[in-house]
Amino acid sequence: MDFQTILILAQDAITNSAIYALLALALILVFGVTRVIFVAQGEFVSYGALTLASLQTGVMPGTVWLLLILAFIAACMETARLLVSGARHKLPGALATILAPPLAIAALVKICTPLHLHLGWQLILTMLIVIPLGPLIYRVAFRPLADATVLVLLIAAVAVHFVLVGLGLLFFGAEGVRTPPFSDAQFTFANLNVSGQSLCVYATTIVFVAIMAWFFNKTLYGKALRAVAFNRNGARLVGITPHLAGTFSFALASAIGCLSGLLIGPITTLYYDSGFLIGLKGFVGAIVGGMASYPIAAAGALMVGFSESFSSFWLSGYKDVVVFTMIIPVLLWRSLTTAHYEEEE
Amino acid sequence: MAERLLTVRELNVCYGKVEALYGASLTVDRGTIVSVIGPNGAGKSTLLNALMGVLPSRGSVEFCGNDMGNVSIESRVAQGLCLVPETRELFSQMSVEDNLELGAFTRYRRGDKGIRKSLDTVFTLFPRLEQRRSQFAGSLSGGERQMLALGRALMSQPTLLMLDEPSLGLAPLIVKEILHTISDLRSTGVSILLIEQNARAALQISDYGYVLENGEIALEGPSSELADNPRVIESYLGIGGGEEKG
Ligand SMILES: Nc1ncnc2c1ncn2[C@@H]1O[C@H](COP(=O)(O)OP(=O)(O)OP(=O)(O)O)[C@@H](O)[C@H]1O
Ligand SMILES: [Mg+2]
Repeated sequence: MDFQTILILAQDAITNSAIYALLALALILVFGVTRVIFVAQGEFVSYGALTLASLQTGVMPGTVWLLLILAFIAACMETARLLVSGARHKLPGALATILAPPLAIAALVKICTPLHLHLGWQLILTMLIVIPLGPLIYRVAFRPLADATVLVLLIAAVAVHFVLVGLGLLFFGAEGVRTPPFSDAQFTFANLNVSGQSLCVYATTIVFVAIMAWFFNKTLYGKALRAVAFNRNGARLVGITPHLAGTFSFALASAIGCLSGLLIGPITTLYYDSGFLIGLKGFVGAIVGGMASYPIAAAGALMVGFSESFSSFWLSGYKDVVVFTMIIPVLLWRSLTTAHYEEEE
Repeated sequence: MAERLLTVRELNVCYGKVEALYGASLTVDRGTIVSVIGPNGAGKSTLLNALMGVLPSRGSVEFCGNDMGNVSIESRVAQGLCLVPETRELFSQMSVEDNLELGAFTRYRRGDKGIRKSLDTVFTLFPRLEQRRSQFAGSLSGGERQMLALGRALMSQPTLLMLDEPSLGLAPLIVKEILHTISDLRSTGVSILLIEQNARAALQISDYGYVLENGEIALEGPSSELADNPRVIESYLGIGGGEEKG
């Protein structure tokens, strides 16, 4: 293995790590705020890339239907909830906020799909379709279970994962896609070719992480989300609504997932079920961070990216085995070095 | 007569099958301090938690003329009800300043511009908090934590502040200081429902008092009368007792 190979593998590792780190961040946030171990997070990655691919070919993406169906179910649930609690007068407003955005987005997509817009517009359209799926899934699958145990929430998350993968196959078929890169540029640094797309991945990750750091540390809404993650009861006592925090964290999860899909779509071929494995690797990073620490999770994501990349060179068939086996010594080490707290329920 | 702020009628709370509070009725007028005293396990904390909506209850709770029946904790906060629970529920991994700012979360959502000013007011009230503003809440001493809990509650500018043993675990001198601060709050227009183990001090600063025993209100009356009641003197004030904690 020469130096050149090491550089190429390292570049590959860093690109993937950036994506895993973003996904780990979303997983930790969702878990902290809602206690949901959101294993279906990766589905947004494949949905993002596949939705863009559909738009590229001028076909209305199936995810639009999913958006409308979820909005409809959410609207029914909200109606039932308001009628039971006797707040009938709030019904029109509540239904409008749930149904209007998805309908508007669907109409927009319907108009724009045949126009073969510029890639930038298609990226925006993709995000408009995929991002609202997160909050809607939260509304339909997790908000009714808000007081359930972590295990029940995990089972619900697994169910959501299977439903989303199944629907992915239905909407997009078994064909893999490669979406167009954001930029065709190629740069050469010291004999190393770096694609414009890789640079896009780095830049987006850095910008995104910087925005998140600012949001969580400097704005009161960001602090409120952290407060919910730290102490749910305390947060309610200062007037932070847990389900709004949950809605926001799921929106961030779907946004990060979708963005990740759009970023790596041009680098790897994505299938309807590829998201799961990608999400799981982000999950490994999050676990290394104890589902709580963002910096350690980012380090964990780097570890996953590098071991994946280098094991693909030496033991290509076993690269996933290597990545997921690594979690055992890490967990062992963490369990020995970190103090244990009783889970507050 | 002063305006009724809180009217509680026949409040019942159970933990599973165990009934912890039955038929509790009480009122709080605007601009007054009302104290609830009683032995350990009488149901005092249960009462406050039920009033805040943290625990489900049967009976009627009316606050500022609105029925609180199906109202969530967050809406109660937005309507001016604020609880400092026995467990304090601070955000221990966040700074003192963040804790205080989050206390004003509902006001921030409403677009209130006076939050900075409230922060300064709280810092004037508790200068120790200002010195420790960037320290994690979890690293504060017990007494500082009580100050922070009270300060965070004040940041929401409550109409009715419910305090569950604000002097818990404090040195006698600081107990006096905290209770003094609380009685000063009345002049700023905050009404207070106070639970205290230190019955003597509680009756001294409050206008009206209730004695809660075994989940029922056993006695009530203006604080000065309660303080002279032989039964209260015997059970809660001690014979010629000093300021020691119960
Ligand atoms: N989560 C719970 N589950 C079951 N029983 C409870 C629970 N919390 C309190 N209780 C019971 O309810 C009764 C009243 O408790 P509460 O905490 O309200 O007492 P208190 O008057 O605040 O006492 P203290 O002065 O010790 O704080 C007690 O008998 C207690 O054992
Ligand atoms: Mg108590």
